[in-house]
Amino acid sequence: MSIISTKNLTKTYIDGDVETKVLRGVTFNIKRGEFVAVMGPSGSGKSTLLHVLGFLDRHTDGTYLFEDKTIDDYTPEEIAHVRNKRMGFVFQAFNLLARTTVLENVKLPLLYSKIPESEWDALAQKAIISVGLSHRANYDTSQLSGGERQRVAIARALVNNPEVLFADEPTGNLDSKSGEAVIDILQRLNEESGHTVILITHEIHTAEHARRIIRILDGQIASDEVVEKQRRPGDSKLK
Amino acid sequence: MILSYSIKTAFRGLTTHKSRSALTILGIVIGVAAIILVVSLGEGAQNLILGQIQGLGSKTIAVIPGREPTGPSDAAQIFSDSLKEKDLVALKKKENVPTLKNIMPVVFGGESASYQGETYRLTLFGGTDLMAEIFSLYPSEGVFISEDDVRGIGSVVVIGSKVKDELFGSSPALGEKIKIKDKSLRVIGVLPKKGQVSFFNFDEMAIVPYTTMQKYILGINYFHRFIVESENEALISRTVIDVNQTLRESHDITDPSKDDFFVQTQEDLVKSLGTITTALTMFLAAVAAISLIVGGIGIMNIMLVSVTERTREIGLRKALGATNRDILTQFLLEAMMFTATGGIVGIILGTTFSFLISLVLSNVLGLLWTFTFPIGASIVGILVSGTIGIVFGLYPARKASLKSPMEALRYE
Repeated sequence: MSIISTKNLTKTYIDGDVETKVLRGVTFNIKRGEFVAVMGPSGSGKSTLLHVLGFLDRHTDGTYLFEDKTIDDYTPEEIAHVRNKRMGFVFQAFNLLARTTVLENVKLPLLYSKIPESEWDALAQKAIISVGLSHRANYDTSQLSGGERQRVAIARALVNNPEVLFADEPTGNLDSKSGEAVIDILQRLNEESGHTVILITHEIHTAEHARRIIRILDGQIASDEVVEKQRRPGDSKLK
Repeated sequence: MILSYSIKTAFRGLTTHKSRSALTILGIVIGVAAIILVVSLGEGAQNLILGQIQGLGSKTIAVIPGREPTGPSDAAQIFSDSLKEKDLVALKKKENVPTLKNIMPVVFGGESASYQGETYRLTLFGGTDLMAEIFSLYPSEGVFISEDDVRGIGSVVVIGSKVKDELFGSSPALGEKIKIKDKSLRVIGVLPKKGQVSFFNFDEMAIVPYTTMQKYILGINYFHRFIVESENEALISRTVIDVNQTLRESHDITDPSKDDFFVQTQEDLVKSLGTITTALTMFLAAVAAISLIVGGIGIMNIMLVSVTERTREIGLRKALGATNRDILTQFLLEAMMFTATGGIVGIILGTTFSFLISLVLSNVLGLLWTFTFPIGASIVGILVSGTIGIVFGLYPARKASLKSPMEALRYE
């Protein structure tokens, strides 16, 4: 059963008289529990695709079904709730709140949820443990390393136990060792907790941690294939 | 989003840039402090004036010639000559005004007094011996004018302390003769320094028997006022009715709207003065309130800057599930917290200043000034500053809430 299903998806930006076609007819399905990497050079449209899939932006044409519904089936409030409950986002730039503790950052999506406040601390702690940062829970995020910050962002994305995790270049700002730790967590979340993970990256060695790679080039799918041998943490970069 | 968390979030927004926040609320602080100060001092001044009027005793009423002024454009006819000797005789009759205890006719005018080449412009009061009691005038040297002086049209005068200083310097005044309008008047009493008492500064006055004033100085046969004292406060309205009735009979008036005199009680005076001082206070407070609007614009400006600075944060919150309403609430609360904090600091500052000023007025200048905490103005101050927060916070907050999450996340 597909959780994400697109058909001839297009996205066109209009800036004055200039039309930019970023996505030109993208069709694919992603099933529940998959780990998919979307690969492509910068400007290929992979980030735009993620924004459309994450209901952060509207597509221009074609159809996009998330859990069998399109963005037009929802009111703006409902879209916010879907993002809050069903989706988790991890960004390249971490986007943590400054001068705020790890715990408070992880709690952020709970603020906008219907979960009672009495359960927030426990849920946030659980998410922090799952990324291995329980010893840092009360640290200010500015005291953490880049890799730790990205793990806080993952905990934040996880706290509402969403169906799908969207990760937009999560290792882009990290050294290879911290990057690998982050990918390791994503892999475990997929395998052990059954989260659907959609990973945007331009690095092949990162993408190979997924079970399927969709390559995007100039707004179209260039290839869509299963990874023969899924890369594991600790595997050498040169394969 | 839960309100307590919204408030916490908004508070964090404010404390991030402490000095910027402090400067931003300064406009509101000054505006609210100014309002508090104006209202508090206005109330103090009102209490001072009214207290002095009431000090005259609420048993006394004034009969004033001319038609009662109905508004600012309808000036009282001060120089009307409708109050005559026959009215005085009629009012003194027990069967006409049974509740009347005392009545004193009054004439007054600005005159020049001279003594051995020294000249001083003073206010000359023609009254009776009752004046001493009504205004608590007890000479520090000599005596006050007596009933005999009034009956005998005596050429005597009681002078205020400033008049004494100006005309006589340090040499003794008692028994000396001063000249007013070519009439020689013997000084029989000198009043102690009193300062301003209600509307009168007795230091700059001289008092003669009203008969002397009428005959030798003004050359008139009418009065400027009757000061009537009632038996007691409870009977004052009875006294007013009887005085009106008696004077109408004496003047052959049947239609009260054609009255050529009017009666003013202390209560009337207190009421009309209260209206004037309140209007004045309100006007000044309104002027001060303009600075609140200026303060509000300052807050709007900073909120716009803050919304731009925090574009990425807004995008992130939206990506994590914040609705437009959540973002609107957050920024609106922040703006309101700015103005409410400003309001509270302003109230504290304004009250402190008002208190210090009241200390100076009562201790250094010796006025009977009482400090009042302006509760009404404080509540209005908080409400108005909160409203300003909503009004001037709404535009930036709306701007923030309408940001597209994707574009906001991309914002550098």
